[in-house]
Amino acid sequence: MNIQIRKFYYGDIPEETGGNSTSIKTTQESGWPLWEIFIRSKQGLDHKHAGSLHAADAQMAIENARDVYTRRQEGVSIWVVESKYIHATNPDDAEMFYEPAADKVYRHPTFYDLPDEVKHM
Amino acid sequence: MSPIINQTLQLADTCLILGQRNSEWCAHGPILEQDIAITNITLDLIGQARHFYQYAAELISKSENKTITEDALAYLRTERAFKNWLICELPNEDWAHTVLRQFFFSSFQLLLFEELEKNSDSQLSAIATKSIKEIKYHIKWSSEWVIRLGDGTEESNNRINKALQILWPYTGEFFMPADYEIISVGPLQEKWLLSIKEIFDEAGLTMPENIFMQSGGKSGIHTEHLGFILSELQYLQRAYPGAEW
Repeated sequence: MNIQIRKFYYGDIPEETGGNSTSIKTTQESGWPLWEIFIRSKQGLDHKHAGSLHAADAQMAIENARDVYTRRQEGVSIWVVESKYIHATNPDDAEMFYEPAADKVYRHPTFYDLPDEVKHM
Repeated sequence: MSPIINQTLQLADTCLILGQRNSEWCAHGPILEQDIAITNITLDLIGQARHFYQYAAELISKSENKTITEDALAYLRTERAFKNWLICELPNEDWAHTVLRQFFFSSFQLLLFEELEKNSDSQLSAIATKSIKEIKYHIKWSSEWVIRLGDGTEESNNRINKALQILWPYTGEFFMPADYEIISVGPLQEKWLLSIKEIFDEAGLTMPENIFMQSGGKSGIHTEHLGFILSELQYLQRAYPGAEW
């Protein structure tokens, strides 16, 4: 059996392996690093994370992204970045990072009366 | 049939047969992302084939005063009626063979379609214009693979060289005119060789010289492989005439 389960923790991926792999046998494709793909859907909008894929280098990652993520006209621009260069928060820190904001409703600008002239707020 | 109908059928058959060959990779690609890439190219080719078949059907229907459909042209003609270039019908070997064939094919297709674009027939010109955008990407994709494999490991270099030995004798047909062709293909050879050399230099590959070139596809003389492709491709319409989705 050649079943492979790959787990990635952003920011914690060792340079050599490009991922923490729990498989016993490695498949051929594990030689290609993982890339995160960002697509801009139209001019003026920002690039949004679309997903990830494997590629041997940046050029191939862009082309793979073109084929995987823009074939239904989803985009006009592609960014790629190797997943190992993305740094992320640790889920264990969620409590101290995010929960303190939960009871601070005054941080939302909902206590003002907006004049009718102001639209799109 | 008029030269323009024959020319249109040649282009239709050529795109269809390579599309059919490439489609054999669907779900068998070396990696998911490349599986999608080759399948996209295949769909582009089948899309181009449809444009040409639709136009050929229109021309034939008009000249013979009966209704011929694009499906009839693709599914109900026999080997001798197919005018595709021989290189399209060669069986798949490995990934090196597939990307090198695509590279040779698309590089020539671009030059041919740039000529077709200038043709006075507005329909053929429009199909060429639309296809060129796709073809340019096919060249970019396949040439990068040729460089990657040629300039890669010993194994990849051996494989692409083996593919080169198989495919090269089928590239001469591009430039051998058929009596009905409305585009003069001979003069395109020099430009084609230059574009191949540019990538080969980067890939560390050498173009074979003084090789006997195969021909015949354009006039319906095919390798033994085409019959097998057609029997698979046409099976459903032959077994259940008129079947539709």
